[in-house]
Amino acid sequence: MNDAAERKLALSHLWVAFIAFIVACFMGEYQVLERSGLIPALDSPTVYFASVSTHGVLMGFVLTTFFIMGFGYYTATTSLKVPVWNNTLAWSGFWISLLGTVMAAIPLLTGNASVLYTFYLPIQAHVAFYFGATLLIVGSWIWCGIMVVMFKQWKQANPKQPVPLAMFATTANALLWLWTSAGVAVEVLFQAIPLALGWIDTVDAGLARTLFAWTLHPIVYFWLIPAYTAFYVFVPKQAGGFLFSDEAARGAFIVLAVFSLPIGFHHLYMDPEQAKGWKLLHGIGTFVVSIPTLVTGFTVIASLEIAGRLRGGKGLFGWIGSLPWSNSMVLSAILSLLMLILGGFGGIINASYAMNAMIHNTAWVPGHFHLIFAGTTVIMYFAIAYYLWPMLVQKPLFSNSMALIQLWTWFIGMGILTTPWHVLGLLGQPRRISSVVYNTLLTLAWKPYELAMIFGGLILLGSACLFIYNLAKTQLNPAPTEAFTQQIEYAESIHPVKELPEYLNDFKLWNRVIAVLMLISFGVPILQFFFMNTFGSPGWGY
Amino acid sequence: MQIEAIIQKCHDSIGSCVDFIRDFCIQLRSIHLDHLEKKWISIALLVVALLVAIITIDAFFHGVNPPSKVETIDSAKLHLSKEFAESNLGVQLDANGDIVVRMVAGRYSFFPKHIAVPAETKITFRWVSMDVLHGVHIPMTNMSTMIVPGYVAEITTSFPKPGEYPVLCNEYCGLGHNHMWSNISVIAKEDWIASSSIAAAKKESNNE
Repeated sequence: MNDAAERKLALSHLWVAFIAFIVACFMGEYQVLERSGLIPALDSPTVYFASVSTHGVLMGFVLTTFFIMGFGYYTATTSLKVPVWNNTLAWSGFWISLLGTVMAAIPLLTGNASVLYTFYLPIQAHVAFYFGATLLIVGSWIWCGIMVVMFKQWKQANPKQPVPLAMFATTANALLWLWTSAGVAVEVLFQAIPLALGWIDTVDAGLARTLFAWTLHPIVYFWLIPAYTAFYVFVPKQAGGFLFSDEAARGAFIVLAVFSLPIGFHHLYMDPEQAKGWKLLHGIGTFVVSIPTLVTGFTVIASLEIAGRLRGGKGLFGWIGSLPWSNSMVLSAILSLLMLILGGFGGIINASYAMNAMIHNTAWVPGHFHLIFAGTTVIMYFAIAYYLWPMLVQKPLFSNSMALIQLWTWFIGMGILTTPWHVLGLLGQPRRISSVVYNTLLTLAWKPYELAMIFGGLILLGSACLFIYNLAKTQLNPAPTEAFTQQIEYAESIHPVKELPEYLNDFKLWNRVIAVLMLISFGVPILQFFFMNTFGSPGWGY
Repeated sequence: MQIEAIIQKCHDSIGSCVDFIRDFCIQLRSIHLDHLEKKWISIALLVVALLVAIITIDAFFHGVNPPSKVETIDSAKLHLSKEFAESNLGVQLDANGDIVVRMVAGRYSFFPKHIAVPAETKITFRWVSMDVLHGVHIPMTNMSTMIVPGYVAEITTSFPKPGEYPVLCNEYCGLGHNHMWSNISVIAKEDWIASSSIAAAKKESNNE
């Protein structure tokens, strides 16, 4: 099948993602340096908060959304073996999202939208920032629509057949994102933009936070699902074995999509506008959503064990040594799982309804999400890029050993960056400060950890540059003389699925379940704002 | 007649629900899961059930909850409100002899800038914002809450160890956010009673 159109589509999305990534990496290193106070000349809250807002938007919205769209198009076309439905529409989605990114970037970089990526109403940004963010999301909705259409068309053409796991996961993510983005979309369209344009005089900050909490948890699963997809559909094959269980994988994706949605209030544990019963309900849901991750850990490690034993590994742990550690996909999966175990442990602490008070809004929190997002998730984005790039550009990867060095340094750098970050949180350092000006003895204990973070950030920055260099070099190298024949390979399950019950092969039932759960967990908490005697806040600068 | 029809409808819908659940369970059993995977899922469920049980029991029987009193206030008119008027801020004993601390957060400080409270005593803090979002954390203690404009953030806690603690704003509130902090002195219980009765006596003598 000639998939030149799809390759171009995927490549364009992935380049936007990774350019955003490398720009944001430089900002990240500047931020740890500025924050440490090591170079007094750098000290500037204006520049710092503009930078941290841009870093968050680029990493959290641009890198992820564009990566997921590009990867999704290529997964859909290669796993279903059909062209992308409506190529023109797909490109219009790309351009809308790109226009949105540029539109948001201008106020961000000029310091006119230093509201951090969580918006912080009643503080207001320039209205272009909100329009830009909206367009970025609207473009991604087009991607969601295309994924759903391709899923449905394939099912119609292949009745009773199991949808390939890769496409099942991608569609789960598309639906998850449609549900997820609704919260922030309502906040931006009905609160942020009308306030910025002067159509309304006040907004309810409590309602704004509730709506953002709708989005704030499932969005991280939107980012994570491509990593889990690679765990299930690429890693077992690359390790030389088989997927341990196809059904468990589908079950995990369903539970992730369903239960990541109705649990956002663990971001509001410390907030006064929601009552404790609702917080507890969301807290319990938060623990439920750890189950698919525990299942994923088991299935992936079992798949690796099968591969290790097939390659001659013996004994209780001997199979670990016989895994192909020089395969970038396998190495990434192992490093990713290690960071997932540590980050997951931290996550359980954050999720704990009352213990959360100890670490809420301290440096622990960015430490946690860098470990689990920039570590666990983004290292799998690297692995996917290294795996797909040769096929996308039809040339062999420039250097596999450089890729391995890059992955190892990313892992080590992330360890050096996030361990002190967690400790700083336990020592009481707030997360969103640009420098330490508190005149108290407590701050003396913070200094060595801040210096260690600069070093960790430097390793990560070097690693990120290696990554971009390797991809660019692969693409710019002269084409090989013989035809490039490598094809994408999806892992086979030990027990290949011949048929599946409908609920494991479709999302109709699960969409209804999500609707009911969202109604239960967000219905009253949102409606209460219209029944209570509330007082809105006027917009503020910063 | 009508009632019978409704009952019949209810029966039908319950019947179809039961059928659906039965069907779902049969399908659930028909999928292939390795016995090791099943064991692991059971372990995972048990661990999660244990954690949820601890949290729920603590919440219901020991009253361990985050600050969640949903109480609204007009943040633009704090100075006109009786409770958060400037003269009423800081540490006070209420009618029952409990300590209530009323604090206003505003860019970029907490008011009053310094307060003194006794150690090992139940203290109820009532925090309000006069402008944007703030958060407050006293490091090394449980005193942590968001302060959302339009709402009163109430939290009850106690400080086990006397000492000087910083009170830090832990939510981005603008470019001066770094500078938003104040102090709290936690004083040994007996000393605090002595000092507060002296203060009360002084106040009384002043009034005379």
